[in-house]
Amino acid sequence: MSATRLTKGGRIDRSRTLKLTWDGKSYDGFVGDTLASALMASGTQILGRSFKYHRPRGVMSAGVEESGAIVTLGTGVRAEPNTKATMQELFDGLSAHGQNAWPNVRNDVGSVLGLFGRFFSAGFYYKTFMGLPPFEWGRGTGIWMQYEKLIRKAAGMGEASRLADPDAYDHAHAFCDVLVVGSGPAGLNAALTAAQQGKDVILVEQDFELGGDFLNQTDPAAEARRIELITALQAAGVRIMTRTTAFGLYDYGTAGLLERVTDHLALKPEHSPRQRFWTVRAGATVLATGALERMVCFADNDRPGVMTAAAARSYLNRFGVLPGQNIVVTTNNDSAYATAAELAVAGASVTLVDLRPEGGGSLSEVMADASVAVRTGLAPLRACGRRAVNGVQLARAEGNSWATADTLPCDLLLVSGGWSPVVNLLSHRGAKPKWDADLACFLPAPCPDNVVMAGSASGIWQGDACEASGIAAAKTALGQAVEGPVPGGWDTPIKPVYEVGLPDQKTKGFVDPQHDVTSSDVRLAHQEGFVSVEHLKRYTTLGMATDQGKMGNVIGLALMAEALGKEIPNVGTTRFRPPYTPVAIGALAGRNVGDHFRTLRRTPMHDWNLRHGATMTDAGLWHRPWYYARAGETITEAYIREAATVRQAIGICDVSSLGKIAVQGPDASEFLNRVYSNAFAKLPIGKARYGIMLRDDGIVMDDGTTWRLSETDFLLTTTTANAGKVMVWLEELLQLRWPDLKVHVSSVSDQWAGVSVAGPKARDGIAACLEDPDAILAENLPFMGVTRTRLNGGIDCLIARISFSGELAYEVYVSAGYGERMMDLLWAAAEPLEGCLYGLEALGALRIEKGHVTGAELDGRVTIDDAGLGKMASTKKPFIGSALRQRPELLRPDRPQLVGIFPKDRSQTFNGGALLCKPGVTEGHGEGWVTAVTHSPALGHWIGIGYISGGHGDWQGKTAIATDPVRKGDIEVEIVSPHMFDPEGERMHG
Amino acid sequence: MTRFSAWNVFWNGLTSQKGWSRQWRDPEPKSHYDVVVIGGGLHGLATAHYLAKNHGIRNVAVLEKGWIGGGNAGRNTTIVRSNYAQPGNREFYEDSLKLWENLSFDLNYNVMFSQRSHISLLHSPGAVDAAARNYNTMRRTGAPDAEIWSLEQLKQAVPHLNYGPNARFPIMGAALQKRAGTARHDAVVWGYARSADQMGVDIIQNCEVTSITRDAEKVTALETSRGTITTSKVGLAVAGNTSRLWAMAGLGRLPIESHKLQAFVSEPLKPLLDQVVVFGVGGAHFYISQSDKGGMVFGGDLDWYKSYAQKGNLPIVQDVSEAAMSVLPCLGRVRLLRHWSGVVDMSMDGTHFICKTPVDNLYLNAGWNYGGFKATPASGTYFADLIANDRPHPVIANHDLKRFERGLQIDERGAGPDPKLHG
Amino acid sequence: MIRIPCPFCGIRDHSEFTYGGDGSITYPALDAPLQEWHDAVFQRENICGVQTETWHHVNGCRMWILVDRDTMTHEIHAVRPAHPDLAKALESSS
Repeated sequence: MSATRLTKGGRIDRSRTLKLTWDGKSYDGFVGDTLASALMASGTQILGRSFKYHRPRGVMSAGVEESGAIVTLGTGVRAEPNTKATMQELFDGLSAHGQNAWPNVRNDVGSVLGLFGRFFSAGFYYKTFMGLPPFEWGRGTGIWMQYEKLIRKAAGMGEASRLADPDAYDHAHAFCDVLVVGSGPAGLNAALTAAQQGKDVILVEQDFELGGDFLNQTDPAAEARRIELITALQAAGVRIMTRTTAFGLYDYGTAGLLERVTDHLALKPEHSPRQRFWTVRAGATVLATGALERMVCFADNDRPGVMTAAAARSYLNRFGVLPGQNIVVTTNNDSAYATAAELAVAGASVTLVDLRPEGGGSLSEVMADASVAVRTGLAPLRACGRRAVNGVQLARAEGNSWATADTLPCDLLLVSGGWSPVVNLLSHRGAKPKWDADLACFLPAPCPDNVVMAGSASGIWQGDACEASGIAAAKTALGQAVEGPVPGGWDTPIKPVYEVGLPDQKTKGFVDPQHDVTSSDVRLAHQEGFVSVEHLKRYTTLGMATDQGKMGNVIGLALMAEALGKEIPNVGTTRFRPPYTPVAIGALAGRNVGDHFRTLRRTPMHDWNLRHGATMTDAGLWHRPWYYARAGETITEAYIREAATVRQAIGICDVSSLGKIAVQGPDASEFLNRVYSNAFAKLPIGKARYGIMLRDDGIVMDDGTTWRLSETDFLLTTTTANAGKVMVWLEELLQLRWPDLKVHVSSVSDQWAGVSVAGPKARDGIAACLEDPDAILAENLPFMGVTRTRLNGGIDCLIARISFSGELAYEVYVSAGYGERMMDLLWAAAEPLEGCLYGLEALGALRIEKGHVTGAELDGRVTIDDAGLGKMASTKKPFIGSALRQRPELLRPDRPQLVGIFPKDRSQTFNGGALLCKPGVTEGHGEGWVTAVTHSPALGHWIGIGYISGGHGDWQGKTAIATDPVRKGDIEVEIVSPHMFDPEGERMHG
Repeated sequence: MTRFSAWNVFWNGLTSQKGWSRQWRDPEPKSHYDVVVIGGGLHGLATAHYLAKNHGIRNVAVLEKGWIGGGNAGRNTTIVRSNYAQPGNREFYEDSLKLWENLSFDLNYNVMFSQRSHISLLHSPGAVDAAARNYNTMRRTGAPDAEIWSLEQLKQAVPHLNYGPNARFPIMGAALQKRAGTARHDAVVWGYARSADQMGVDIIQNCEVTSITRDAEKVTALETSRGTITTSKVGLAVAGNTSRLWAMAGLGRLPIESHKLQAFVSEPLKPLLDQVVVFGVGGAHFYISQSDKGGMVFGGDLDWYKSYAQKGNLPIVQDVSEAAMSVLPCLGRVRLLRHWSGVVDMSMDGTHFICKTPVDNLYLNAGWNYGGFKATPASGTYFADLIANDRPHPVIANHDLKRFERGLQIDERGAGPDPKLHG
Repeated sequence: MIRIPCPFCGIRDHSEFTYGGDGSITYPALDAPLQEWHDAVFQRENICGVQTETWHHVNGCRMWILVDRDTMTHEIHAVRPAHPDLAKALESSS
């Protein structure tokens, strides 16, 4: 192939030169070029290496189906492997290099693999590499994994960066009445028709120019028509999106679009996203997605210099590149005739080889005018040349077989094997295309959704008919009954041909060139019984390459049909999966990455906590204070000090993240009585009660306190983790199961800021902050009492005397906006009392000492009895879960029970997650497990909480082993009551 | 049948591949079989293989309404692991992993089981403890390969995870199972089919069961699209269609709901990730590995609504991509090549059923949730054992339909009786 | 994207909702026998075709709705509030 840039013609702007670098060498191109057209114009031929045999590959197409010119764009963090050069718009400074080759694609050591190609038939790897050759001796996976290392290195195509992608991607959403995909003659007309009926229309085009096949034509009238249509579209207010691919169709007229915002720019605007992923919800969709020209399978049909006829026409007419000087055009249909003539007019010596004995009818006369030599009844048998095509051996059709004919020298071999409408997007909707034997292609089948095909995507080959089809499609999509043009449009029928070859031919003919799937691979698949299309695809990898079968699927199917002696429609068709063309994962993720991944929740006192030395930890989606280290303290030192301070004086802990639900209405108490396992019906006003709710299956769901504020008004608190889940659950119960109950629930988690103030001096500390310090005197606010009062400065607050730490403790809630003010007041009062701020780690220490459960203990598998709270399951009323908690396995006496755990040697520590076992038993599931461990300042040694079969009663006086083989060894432990500190609760009642 | 070996690959390379024959026959259905397994997916084929191999029952048919391996067998993300901790599951999946380790040799088919290790990222001290409990259990029940890794160990093994300051959930360490990994899913299907076929099993494709004839105790015949077949025993292994066949047998309801799970593969890349990496925090769920061909194979949560459709929707595509970028920020420019979905039978506790049914000669294999692929060899082994001996092996004693009545929920996640939460 | 016509908010993406479950289940009285609870909680018809199911407009009006939807095609045939009084109120107002 000796391509040259023409001095005139095409749509490139010769006045604006762009520099590009290919494999380190500098080349020129023009505005309007693709990377492929610029490299072709510069005479570069080998642009890629194939997957398996590392065969040299050049440009094979001018579009999305490209299977040869696959390159890596850019370097370093912006390296973009597997880029189709035919789809990459040229910009100044573009840099690309070859991939899957060493040292480079022109001279690739890997091509030696091609010499052993006969051993690398389809699926050969399933038959060997198991054990030692030649007879696969061995066991296990070790030998295979050695082979695998080599295979993995050889496989893959481009190399991805290991560094974070530095670019940003946007998500966008849109709605429209009609979405039109493709801006060729059909698409432009469809969009215009809908817009002129007053519809809101979005037109998307993957190319950087509108026009589709208009762009490949030389006739000035075509260009005039294109401009006319675009002008009308703009006037009609159609939203036009170029460089945008509709990559998938989903339920309910939803389309996924990928807009390439800056990929074509030399200087990327600083604040622009690289790409934008659009979700469009369309009332109707018109797919004017065009058709792709097929190759034919023949020997060495993958040589650089073999391409589709349509591609050559595009390079000539759109990009001003004459792709060869001495060109053979092989075809089985009318479409290549115009291409042959135009190439000849542009100065090439052209021979047209038509398989049809009668040739192209009247088209042949045009050929004579253009001095194109026409040969009929012939087809390409073999491409000659290794690194570039230098001739084509022809074959004559003789019945069902082929006979060798003469060889024509050439530097460019064009192939037209027919056309395949792009039905991929329709296939995403589950519509199976139908084979049309006359046109030798799959035509779209009716789609249950409002999706209509138009133009060559529905098998209409002529431009005028495509325009009419676009109009008809838009009307159909809008529910108007119209007759559109019928598929077809060639004067002389196509003569289907998928493979040209001689029996027992040894040379490879490629069906799916990118994956090196050959016709003999397809036949081997047949021979071995992989005759279903899906088996064929999976066994040979046909259609699994980055062109997703655009180049090879139909040929593969045809070859299988032939092998089976069936018609193509009886063999089937594979279902195309989204995306239509590959989409960057970054674009699909958009902005929700890095620290924007999953909403971060902060309490109203977040900043206050940070100012006062908090180190934060993740608690679900929340950041909560973990500990407040003083100068030089480790986390352990800090939490031990904090917990000890709470026991000795006063501590303040931000508990705003707890779920808070207002349960209101005349039936609120009845509702809670059904939801909670314990009784709530008679909870007095001004009192709080600890409650446990079960799931339907009788397993513990959540726990918390609920405060009765009035006859009809309750404030229910949940754990931080289950706040959302409990809210949804209560709504479900009220709306679905008990609609007769007059209750309303509202989440007020974000409305309240809350702190726990705990310790023997808690009352003094809070009293100092109250306008009425007497409000929390023991007689006014006894244990589990709730009161409304005011902090100094007139800040309304709710105070409940409840304790998680086991100390005299209160929870104080104020409106979220007063959270920081509350902290200022409380801290000013607590600091002189030698108090502290404490975080989750100290909270954990305090609650473990008391044997209070949290999420670590309530893991979705424990019953209320397991957690030692069986007395909270009422026997006087039914409640959610009361039926199914009575199932026999849940009542077994040997179930693990909540216990406390002391190391036998009190100086030792152990780990949460350790298993509890009988001494000497080194296997099996063990008797229980440790859920959490802390250093107890009150007891002066490490303690744990966990579950063990039979509970601490069964283990009195016995030694258990806390075994933690994945982290540390075995520790002897004693099993004690979970209430390890102040079991009578004297401190919190005081 | 030509044995698969390097020698025969070489020899056939020299002789135009002429020595290879069909990997499994295409027989006409006989009128009677000792056992009919409905469902030509992995579990059905594996069951047939082990019926013949372990129990000498060779008059067996596998009925497949489409093409074998066309369901979840060919749609999953190919991960094999045994890091289950609940009694019953632990033993079952450990047995399965041990069978995987020699599966290529057992089948004389390279299923490409690659023990490249499975890494679950951990993000908080509580998560480390919870993982440690499970991995300690594994250590004591036949899995010496369970480890908890520090952050430093993890960084050394997988240097390009997101350890940066902008990680929303900083990584603290990892739970590792070294013997876990991936296998080539299609090869497993074909390997079992070829091996079962060699032992006399009839694999009958394009044969849909249209009705099940039975009297009070027994199934007497199966009406199929290829005629009536009588049989002494019937095994159901039809993931995604279980409820339909169950209803066809007149058996009412099941503790199963069918959901849709998507899977994703990128364009092929040179080696980028040597392990299976799993990320699950803040409500996210994501798993990724790289296939031998080079594609990044990944997935996440269910689509969250019940569905029998093998097509996914965009919200999960986005969700999974977000997770991908959060774990491996270098994936930004890597392109998604395909996404697809399968129908998974989610059970009420996230654990499967291999059990007898109210009908004497009908046996059930169903409810595989996310676990079906990795379970294949054990599922086939124990289901074959159940069918052959008409009693459950102790390992699967609690994998029955009655367990919920007894109050036994084998719930690895503690999610409760909501099928969609067991992913 | 399934587009759900919420009776309160209009047509919205399904990602605003969470799927609940089988809407045909009638949960027994709290004091009903264990077997009834077992069947309601654990047994599913698992219809392939049109089923009545519950959805919660969690990122919208927070209402639970009953949706008749085809589980094979995802086509929605009918939508109504789960709460019978609200369903009636909407019916009479339309």
